[in-house]
Amino acid sequence: MVEQFTFYFFAALAVISAVLVVTVRNAVYSAVFLITTLLATAGIFLQLRAEFLFVVQIILYVGGIMVLFVFVVMLVDLDVALRQVQFNRQKWVALLVVLAVAGQLVFALALGSEALGLPAAAPESLEPNTESVGLRLFESYMLPFEIASILLLVAMIGAVLLGKRQKPPRSEA
Amino acid sequence: MVSPSYYLTLSAILFGLGVIGFLFKRNIITLFMSIELMLNAVNLAFVTFSRQWGELSGQVYVFFVIIVAAAEAAVGLAIILLLARNRQTLNVERINLLKL
Repeated sequence: MVEQFTFYFFAALAVISAVLVVTVRNAVYSAVFLITTLLATAGIFLQLRAEFLFVVQIILYVGGIMVLFVFVVMLVDLDVALRQVQFNRQKWVALLVVLAVAGQLVFALALGSEALGLPAAAPESLEPNTESVGLRLFESYMLPFEIASILLLVAMIGAVLLGKRQKPPRSEA
Repeated sequence: MVSPSYYLTLSAILFGLGVIGFLFKRNIITLFMSIELMLNAVNLAFVTFSRQWGELSGQVYVFFVIIVAAAEAAVGLAIILLLARNRQTLNVERINLLKL
């Protein structure tokens, strides 16, 4: 009973703030509501007994990526953007695509969890979570892990290069 | 015990909201936020299946998805800063040239 209550609480929080992310006009408010959605998802991760991902979600997503977003919103001139029209002109095409995606999802869910061929939950095999994820990461997924670190390095260098102000070209007198 | 289809439904709803935001909004920063929302929904589905199968690989994939999202946000936001500096607009309909 408690489990269902927490699930509905976090799910409602996530959906309501996701709706607000899309509908609110100001990008700063959007960022704040996105943070709420991510935190609610982190709560659901905890309920699914993925403690490692719960911590990673809060530290990396909320603490890292979203702070980056808020910084950029601060640096960029939003007053211009606020006065512009917020929504696209291709309303009907967008609506069609959204309906197609929603139809597929509803169809998949209407087939039910039996159609997915899921086994009954195996709750005990994933404990202790952080330790097993760490072992898995450094045994079977060693190469992807290293590639991911190189990717982060490349992204960092690229971001610094892009963000650097170009010096005016030196005039050759 | 909450049935896994509930988690999957939540994931589908969040993904759909991300798609709506991506297709309907014009502000490029909000578009980025919609992408994050979709990635988050996919992560939720990954964790649900991982728990249901008792298989840890799903959670490792989520870790990698978060890493890639971080890299994407860093580069993408740098590009947004450049665009805002050079074009004085954040409207994606006005940003239609690769040349700055």
